[in-house]
Amino acid sequence: MEKASARVPLYSRLVVALPAGLFVWFASMVPSVAGGEAQFASIGWLPQLGVDLAFHVDGLGLLFALLITGVGTFILLYASEYMRGHPQVGRFTAFLVAFMLSMLGVVLSDNLIVLFVFWELTTLTSFLLIGYSHGDSAARRAALQSLIVTGAGALAMLAGFVLLGNAAGSYSLREMLAGDSDLAGHPAYVAMLVLVLAGAFTKSAQFPFHFWLPNAMAAPTPVSAYLHSATMVKAGVFLLARLNPVLGGTDEWGMTLTGFGAFTAVYSAAVALTRTDLKQILAYTTLMALGVCVMFIGLPQSRGADEVPLGAVAAVAFVFVHALYKAPLFMVAGTIDHSAGTRDIRSLGGLRKAMPWSLLAAALAALSMSGVPPFAGFVGKEILYSSAIGSTYGVAATAAIVTANAMIVSAALLVVAVPFLGQSPATRPTPHEGRWPMWIGSLVLGVAALGAGLFPRLAFEWLLLPAAGAVAGRQPHFEASLWHGFNLPFALSVVTLSAGALAYWQRNRLTGALGSALARLPVTGDSAYDWLMNGIARVSVVHTRIVQCGIQRRYLLIVFATLGASVLTTLVVKGVIAWPARIPDVSFVEWLLAILIAASALVTIRSHSRLMAIVALGVVGTGIALIFLLHGASDVAMTQLMVETLVVVIVAMVLLKLPGFRREVRQTGLGRWRDAIVSCVVGLTTTLVLLAVTAEPSHRRLTEYFQKTAVPEGFGANVVNVILVDFRGLDTLGEISVLALAAVSAYTLINWRPRRSARAAARSKAFPEAEGAAKPETLS
Amino acid sequence: MNTLVLRVATRILLPLILVSSIFMLLRGHNQPGGGFVGGLIASIGFSLHVFVSGAEALRRMLRTDPRWIAAVGLGVAIISGLVGPYASGTPFLTSAWTSVGGVKVGTPLVFDVGVYLVVVGAMLTFILGIKEQG
Repeated sequence: MEKASARVPLYSRLVVALPAGLFVWFASMVPSVAGGEAQFASIGWLPQLGVDLAFHVDGLGLLFALLITGVGTFILLYASEYMRGHPQVGRFTAFLVAFMLSMLGVVLSDNLIVLFVFWELTTLTSFLLIGYSHGDSAARRAALQSLIVTGAGALAMLAGFVLLGNAAGSYSLREMLAGDSDLAGHPAYVAMLVLVLAGAFTKSAQFPFHFWLPNAMAAPTPVSAYLHSATMVKAGVFLLARLNPVLGGTDEWGMTLTGFGAFTAVYSAAVALTRTDLKQILAYTTLMALGVCVMFIGLPQSRGADEVPLGAVAAVAFVFVHALYKAPLFMVAGTIDHSAGTRDIRSLGGLRKAMPWSLLAAALAALSMSGVPPFAGFVGKEILYSSAIGSTYGVAATAAIVTANAMIVSAALLVVAVPFLGQSPATRPTPHEGRWPMWIGSLVLGVAALGAGLFPRLAFEWLLLPAAGAVAGRQPHFEASLWHGFNLPFALSVVTLSAGALAYWQRNRLTGALGSALARLPVTGDSAYDWLMNGIARVSVVHTRIVQCGIQRRYLLIVFATLGASVLTTLVVKGVIAWPARIPDVSFVEWLLAILIAASALVTIRSHSRLMAIVALGVVGTGIALIFLLHGASDVAMTQLMVETLVVVIVAMVLLKLPGFRREVRQTGLGRWRDAIVSCVVGLTTTLVLLAVTAEPSHRRLTEYFQKTAVPEGFGANVVNVILVDFRGLDTLGEISVLALAAVSAYTLINWRPRRSARAAARSKAFPEAEGAAKPETLS
Repeated sequence: MNTLVLRVATRILLPLILVSSIFMLLRGHNQPGGGFVGGLIASIGFSLHVFVSGAEALRRMLRTDPRWIAAVGLGVAIISGLVGPYASGTPFLTSAWTSVGGVKVGTPLVFDVGVYLVVVGAMLTFILGIKEQG
């Protein structure tokens, strides 16, 4: 795996300076933001639509920006070492940086549409990162799954944003927060809520959309550590926190968030205990953390509205605490994988001597994760508990959060105690400590967790309370401290730790019971996803068999029948079938041309030779061109004439390569009657449309405008040409782009041959049907 | 198709057709014509050449793949649209005019040359593609 001799490219180390620099820049904003001054910048983008590239840094955005850049610094450093010797380090680093910048865009956007654009950029970059090992089919599937699940949610969210923007009268978050429009009473409130929650829940992997996140562990470990702990999956939590003052405060909001969050937290904490892969355990504990955040953002407080918004403080504190412990644990899991060659806790043990630094970092993180004093995790957990106790759903919420946390304590012991303590299995190669970039980041973050626990006032006043204020919509007055005395939350902490330790001690019995219970579930998210995807594939097979039959004549029949039927229906329904008031004078020449066209059309359909048919068709076109000429449209006539000539030339070329008419190909009996009916209907419809159009008085406004302005503004006397190359130049540009594209596509199609390489031959042996389906359809 | 009469006639007709296609292109701004028609006329001339002397001869004459001609035409059209924004900050594709020795010269002409090239390139791609298909 690791090629110790390979050099680390210089750029992969230098790029660390980017997040580090951004971190310092954001950190310099802390004092002013904590003082209540949000930074704001805006560049016009689509002002007509109310969409501007507007960014603002308030407490919530700043907290997330600091986490993204701070954790990102260490992740990039870690990745530079982790990916040592990999052939595509450059691509990997570029994806990671692109992801980081899109994530910053999400948390700092002030405009909902801009937020959506960055949101989708994180979806795309994470797709690239999850599927980075593209040779691995599991990685490809996981990447596609995350793209489909989060992408579908994001589309729903966009619809929700549009509703929200219309209801609030602005897409700007600042204006929405400042305005006092009563969104909760809006008739579309429930629709907005459902659509926005669909986006947030898929992104933050809430039940029942949770399944993509554990699968996304197919990504390289730095990606998991970054995307699936501190950043991307938190985007949904961020959105809920951001919109809480706008959409929150209602019963629907409170119940949905609390219910889904609590269920996700308890369910995934239980699943975490049954896993044996380090990254899988961590993935499920991440789901638990996301559930907790969602739950506490929505959790309604039972005390009066002027009380401290404890739910918001708890959610924000937990986001902070979680990022500080989860990223180190993921990084250590990757280091263990590198040096011991496995992530399976059943074959790990006794790494303490070989990997002392990693052990120290992991221990700090795990203690914070379990909520042992004096770590930040303890402070965070105490706030969670007092918020749950004081909520409307007091007992239920408290029971859920205590149960989930107890299992998390157990999981923390699983990921640290099992690999590092105990006996090392003899069969493994000698493990070794990673180089310094592999553990320095985890250690710094672990120490930060300890520091934030020891000096909670500092962390709260500068970072967390301004953020919680943005979530709650008002500044909370909250005194943070490490020690609250012997009260109910403390008692619950003791219960949590003991229950967690007990569960760890009895883990074999517990995981057996949990595992068999989970195995009995009739349907999982993953299987539902597969069922849906296979269903789409099956439907499209049936659909393709019907619509894409491969017979040109049937395509034409369907197209013309649809055209005739739909236009005729419209004409009848709208009642615009009109007979001209008077038959216009038709000159002798026009009669002659009409007879010529009709006669040529008859020759075309009666002809027994292809060449004859195509020449007769050319006469039809030429006749039409002459009619244009008679009416003064010389440009159109000329073009029509040239096009007719070229069509005859090209079709003649094709015909020379085809065999002659075969008897059996010609339609006989019923089929011929059907074709005749369809043709007559289309002809009749076209005639009726023309009559209806000419019955209306023609609008000359545009004609007059162009005639008046062509010479003074376009410097050309040929109005048609001036319109084409000047007034409507963009249309022409689009047309010639299509023309060039059509030429390239046709060339590719004409020269396409089924490849007969050795690989294709092998594939056709393995999948005979697939090969049959890929054969070009025979043209009739 | 390879008759002596057609072959000799083509030798005279092809240059005439090409000259008239360029004539059509240039006069298009004030009289009937323009890049589109001009390109079609040139394509007809070239297809005559293909009928008489074969696809290989036309490729030798063009010295490049017709897809390149279409690509260059598209590029010319886009660049002509960038002159206005670059010179005077107007929106993309706004025409810009100047006078060279008393003759008015503007970007719409350059744009029309682009259209001409795209049409010629696309039509020849079709024709050569079909002709060379085995």
